[in-house]
Amino acid sequence: MQRLRDLAISDTGFVFDPFSGATYTVNDTARCVLDGLKRGLHRDELVALLADRFETSGEDLSRDLDDLVHSLRLFGLVPGAFEVV
Amino acid sequence: MSRPLYERPVIARHQTGAMNKFSRAASMQPQTHVDGVPVDTLVEAYGSPLFVFSEKTLVARYRELRDAFARRFAKVRVTWSYKTNYLDAICRVFHREGAWAEVVSEFEWEKARHNGVPGERIHLNGPLKTEATLRRVLPEGTLVHIDNFDELALLERLADELNLTPKVALRVNLAVESIPAWGRFGFNLENGQAITAANRIVAGKRLELIGLHCHLGTFILDPASYREQATKLAHLANELRRAHGLVLSFLDIGGGFASHSKLKAQYLPGDQATPSFDRYAAACAEGLAALEYPAGKEPTIVLESGRALVDDAGTLISTVLANKRLADGQRGLVVDAGVNILFTSFWYDHDVVPAQPFGGIAEPTVMYGPLCMNIDVVRDSVMFPPMRTGDRVVFRHVGAYNVTQWMQFITYRPAVLMIGADGRHGIIRKREELETLLASEEVPAWL
Ligand SMILES: Cc1ncc(COP(=O)(O)O)c(C=O)c1O
Repeated sequence: MQRLRDLAISDTGFVFDPFSGATYTVNDTARCVLDGLKRGLHRDELVALLADRFETSGEDLSRDLDDLVHSLRLFGLVPGAFEVV
Repeated sequence: MSRPLYERPVIARHQTGAMNKFSRAASMQPQTHVDGVPVDTLVEAYGSPLFVFSEKTLVARYRELRDAFARRFAKVRVTWSYKTNYLDAICRVFHREGAWAEVVSEFEWEKARHNGVPGERIHLNGPLKTEATLRRVLPEGTLVHIDNFDELALLERLADELNLTPKVALRVNLAVESIPAWGRFGFNLENGQAITAANRIVAGKRLELIGLHCHLGTFILDPASYREQATKLAHLANELRRAHGLVLSFLDIGGGFASHSKLKAQYLPGDQATPSFDRYAAACAEGLAALEYPAGKEPTIVLESGRALVDDAGTLISTVLANKRLADGQRGLVVDAGVNILFTSFWYDHDVVPAQPFGGIAEPTVMYGPLCMNIDVVRDSVMFPPMRTGDRVVFRHVGAYNVTQWMQFITYRPAVLMIGADGRHGIIRKREELETLLASEEVPAWL
């Protein structure tokens, strides 16, 4: 998870990966999840964090989380076998 | 302090070499209304998906085309190309504006007659002219554009039998730079076939040759193609005048002008790449300057524009059914309008935008229709913001060829609506239902 911890994430959602030089944009919810993942939070803690920070209306936060993690795996930002538990 | 609204978390990688796509996504604006009527109101009243046509745009495009040519030519005739969209309401808007009809089958001819167009204001084109069709249309004075020598012989025989002198035009195909020729229609100019056919018509004395016609193709982005075409038609007309003293009453330059849609192979979007009618008209005028006709005898310039008149007036509203994450990481969006009704998705990158205000990060997205077929892709690779199920999207510039080439497949075809110039709206084709389809089915007695 070193690669994830090394990501530089600005307040405006600009992300720089010093390992590959690639840059990304994240929205506020994704920034919140990345912060949580860096701190090693588990699935229920991440979901609770999102629900606490944002005004939700019945979305499936756990599924959205999996969707984001899928993208992180594809971009190589987390190991291929990584799952939020 | 109120908390910010939740939005699906998204991370989007920046791509180099995709500036165009990014800048388009950044400037994407929702389209919440069609001609002043909220999309939500339309869907609540008429369902989704829904085709919506703007009478205002139909009329504006028609007048722009007519005026661009009328500024340069003494006599101009716009014929409405039925195949592009033959819903009665659409045709009647154009006929009310003064358009004649251009048809390519007996069905289309019947539709034009049903819409009140007199037989002698119909140009009959295409390779589908059976003896029965010709027997029906010739006594009504329909103008027949001859496609081949067999048809020419058939027309001469019918002229004798019916004791008429049909008014005919010669369809010509010719080469212009930068676009492949539609060589299968009409008589070739370069190999001398066209002049042979014209000589034969004149010598036969049973048909009256009153026009030349050439349709170059469709979605032609370079006006210069029309300059070349017009020059070649003018030279042929000059040659016929010298040989036979023939003064034609019309030169038909066909259709093919581009709408504001975007071909898949095209880099710039339609609002930047599509020439104005004025530029097409200017190119034709330059080409036709080669015509050596006596003053006062100028031929009528006939236009057969289809796509360019109707495409921009048509919008398709569709509803998001699901979000997916594809194996390659791309985002997939499933909407309720597929290639069954948006047939032109095979050739065009349709301009699609959300129908409600949106936030969040745009991601490369593939838009699928609702059919269980792999080919059902209505838009590939578009930068699109996050959508929820039930959100709506609007496809623009889809008024041409879709509501004629669509198919009834897997589901019913949707309603088609027109919004009137004064803001009234009404159905111009009902949504299909089981009864619509059962009406033409039969079950044999033994079953
Ligand atoms: C003979 C003829 N005229 C006119 C048209 C209309 O073309 P467009 O819609 O490109 O203007 C067509 C279309 O195929 C055609 O075949």
